[in-house]
Amino acid sequence: MVRVRKLVVCAALAAACAACSGSDSSKSAEPSSPAAAPDAKKVDTATAATVTGKVLIEGTPPANPVLKMASDPTCSNANSGEVHAESYVVDNGALQNVFVWIKDGLGNKYLFDTPTEPVKLDQKGCHYIPHVLGIRVAQPLEIVNSDSTMHNVHGMPETNREFNFGQPVPGMKQSVTFTAPEVMIPFKCDVHAWMNAYIGVVNHPYFAVTGSGGKFELKTIPPGTYTIEAWHEKLGRQQQSITLGEKESKDITFTFKVPAGTD
Amino acid sequence: MSTHEAWHARYAKLVAACTVLLIAAGGMVTSTGSGLSVPDWPTTYGWNMFTFPLKHWVGGIRYEHSHRLIASTVGFLTIILALWTWRVEPRAWVRKLGFAALGTVILQGVLGGITVLFFLPPAISIAHAGLAQIFFCLTITMALVTSRGWKSNAAPVDDALLRRAAAVTTALVYVQILLGATMRHNDAGLAIPDFPLAFGHLVPPAWNAKVAIHFAHRVGALLVTLGVVATAGHVLYHHRGRRELVRPVVLLLFFLGVQVTLGAFVIWSGKNPLINTAHVVNGALVLATSLVLSLRSFRAGFERAAVAVTRPAPSLGRHELQGARP
Repeated sequence: MVRVRKLVVCAALAAACAACSGSDSSKSAEPSSPAAAPDAKKVDTATAATVTGKVLIEGTPPANPVLKMASDPTCSNANSGEVHAESYVVDNGALQNVFVWIKDGLGNKYLFDTPTEPVKLDQKGCHYIPHVLGIRVAQPLEIVNSDSTMHNVHGMPETNREFNFGQPVPGMKQSVTFTAPEVMIPFKCDVHAWMNAYIGVVNHPYFAVTGSGGKFELKTIPPGTYTIEAWHEKLGRQQQSITLGEKESKDITFTFKVPAGTD
Repeated sequence: MSTHEAWHARYAKLVAACTVLLIAAGGMVTSTGSGLSVPDWPTTYGWNMFTFPLKHWVGGIRYEHSHRLIASTVGFLTIILALWTWRVEPRAWVRKLGFAALGTVILQGVLGGITVLFFLPPAISIAHAGLAQIFFCLTITMALVTSRGWKSNAAPVDDALLRRAAAVTTALVYVQILLGATMRHNDAGLAIPDFPLAFGHLVPPAWNAKVAIHFAHRVGALLVTLGVVATAGHVLYHHRGRRELVRPVVLLLFFLGVQVTLGAFVIWSGKNPLINTAHVVNGALVLATSLVLSLRSFRAGFERAAVAVTRPAPSLGRHELQGARP
């Protein structure tokens, strides 16, 4: 009997602790990014290089499925006509929503100021806007509910700490920070199963998300040899090695192939 | 059987029936991936669970919140069942069973809350699924042992082989349900995408953890089928005249056939939530039917034990009962 009582008390305490942590409006993960070396310095913008490029898709991507929003009339009313998923946004053979970043080569030789202005992730028309975005370690991510319905925001990182909180009131804002680099972190709304987004968290400013024409640009990169990675939610990852001299500009292209039998 | 006892027995059946509904609601939560659509617990988006406005029951919230409300209702019904049983039931073990059911449903609620607050860790979610079936078994047992049939003076069947076969089959069904829950909460439901073959072979040509869990569930289905068929064969051959055994056996064979069919359609439909949930609910019915058969096969043992330990029930305003029963 005493053992049973202890078990119930433990379970209740665990629940209470979890409830407390679940009510925080500002979340963060445990720090794990490598510290800058003692002789680390700021990037000399006078000698910095630039990488521009585009991401292409080869083959015919499958059609994005039509989203079924009937389970929440607010969502279906907020969108006119058919609404499709955003997995493949293709523009004349160029692929959007690809996260491009310097994966390797910077080491801990450079100091970067952490931006204090928040990056915004909006929930509007029962979509995450933007669908793919990048953010710096420790930079605030402001999550906003612009819909007149309820959303839960469920971040599912592997390195950072998982979180799930509700935004029941229109206009509600909550801030999240990540303290470890992680590419990519999936976000989802469990209320509206079709809502998902991906966030790349990095500890330097060299990242971009491809937009119109599949283009991207990484600026003020110190000279050196780097691994640049491109990530797409369905087509995976690709890497390229690149060496940049002082003030050099280089143009690169990533080409994702649609696997045979994808539909 | 007095009128009061008859109503008590009916009420126990009602609680068991409501538990089926609760299992269905839980099945819909996992089948639709709505387990985290209400991120807080025991509140719902900050509201008291019972005052959460109907207009906000949208998307996944409908499934998760309904599950919580049905669970609360079943919890409340179980409190009444435990207290009612304690007041009217002369058999001490049945009185204890009522409170065991109450303790189980409370623990089940806490597990449900913890699994939400910790983002559905498989171990806790599987424990939640497994305890649900234990609670269901307790309500089924309560409904059975308070029934007129159980209390009748007809001589119970005393067959050691039947007892063993029925008990092993029931245990197999329970293990199979746990395997199903493990598969479900590790997202391995389509790890083998074809049926009845596995990647076109009898045995999967390539293995990983998910394939292994999934295949174990298929092997489990085979073992359960063997157990059910063997037990059913024994009953139909040796006890064909005993309606209290033949009826659950026929029902068990029926539910088993439905269950295998539903399992196949879960895969062929790509885990359609309704079919998935029907598979969960029907699995519970297979377990319940097998349990009823087991308990009836053990009834002689219950009676012998009861004769040995019969004592009067507590007299706290209790109705005078018509003699001590086993």
